[in-house]
Amino acid sequence: MEGDIAQMGQFIGAGLASVGMGGAAVGVGNVAGNYLSGALRNPSAAASQTATLFIGIAFAEALGIFSFLVALLLMFTV
Amino acid sequence: MAIDTKAAEDSGLVFHPMDQFIVKPLFGYGDVGAFTITNVTLWMALTVISIIVLLVFGTSRRAIVPSRSQSVAEMLYGFVYKMVEDVTGKDGVQYFPYIMTLFMFILVSNFLGLLPMSFTTTSQIAVTGVLAIFVFLAVTILGFVKNGVGFLGLFWVASAPLALRPILALIEVISYFVRPVSHSIRLAGNMMAGHAVIKVFAAFAAIAAISPLSILAITAMFGLEVLVSGIQAYVFAILTCVYLKDALHPSH
Repeated sequence: MEGDIAQMGQFIGAGLASVGMGGAAVGVGNVAGNYLSGALRNPSAAASQTATLFIGIAFAEALGIFSFLVALLLMFTV
Repeated sequence: MAIDTKAAEDSGLVFHPMDQFIVKPLFGYGDVGAFTITNVTLWMALTVISIIVLLVFGTSRRAIVPSRSQSVAEMLYGFVYKMVEDVTGKDGVQYFPYIMTLFMFILVSNFLGLLPMSFTTTSQIAVTGVLAIFVFLAVTILGFVKNGVGFLGLFWVASAPLALRPILALIEVISYFVRPVSHSIRLAGNMMAGHAVIKVFAAFAAIAAISPLSILAITAMFGLEVLVSGIQAYVFAILTCVYLKDALHPSH
């Protein structure tokens, strides 16, 4: 193992940034789970709400992707 | 996204998982090479050619009993048309060609990027950024042309209590200008992350003891990636529809 302390900080920072993706996982799971519990109670209304489901998932997921991007920037460009 | 090739030697893997996203000129080299045909332009051209083959030649015979390629083309057309009609309403249907173009381009380039040895054009933020900025500009200009100053009503939430409205307006303005950023990075990030994970497992396959496990993992990830490719194209198109609906009917 070699390298300077700045590189160590980079790697630790990238690892910490990856923790943010866990938040996105919770968010996406919440959206999909709530959709499913609603859809099982009223299956006739489920088909009309799939678009809303995907929009919700996309918004929740975007923030996880931002933290992934921060990790990538720390690893490769800083 | 230019990444140093010598990073592969430092990391201890057989090849670096991010090496697949390096933009390389096909002919020529050096600074001039970046302005000639690169692997991004090649795969973008292949995407356009595949779409033309599928949609133009697929539907050219117009058979009453459709062939396989004709049914695929008709299914895609009907799917996008219904999505535009459901989300934006009847007056948004005239912008259907734009959304169909975006959807087909993203879908086909995602799928072509899954071929081994190919290049995923949608993993480049330069490509998705241009798509998202043009959606943003088109929607903003359209909103002002259709509604005039009334388009600013998008930021003024009339149903909220009066004291909260300035704060909400600030949040709405910020979220409006973050749109092109999240719109482009969502697609590029998803594509990049999925392909990098596949390459990481592919590097583990070189180690004999865990190679069966990592090949199983590659198979599973590939199945997930096919799903993600379709869903991300759908999400990009449906968010464009949502932004279009905001521009056509800005009141809350």
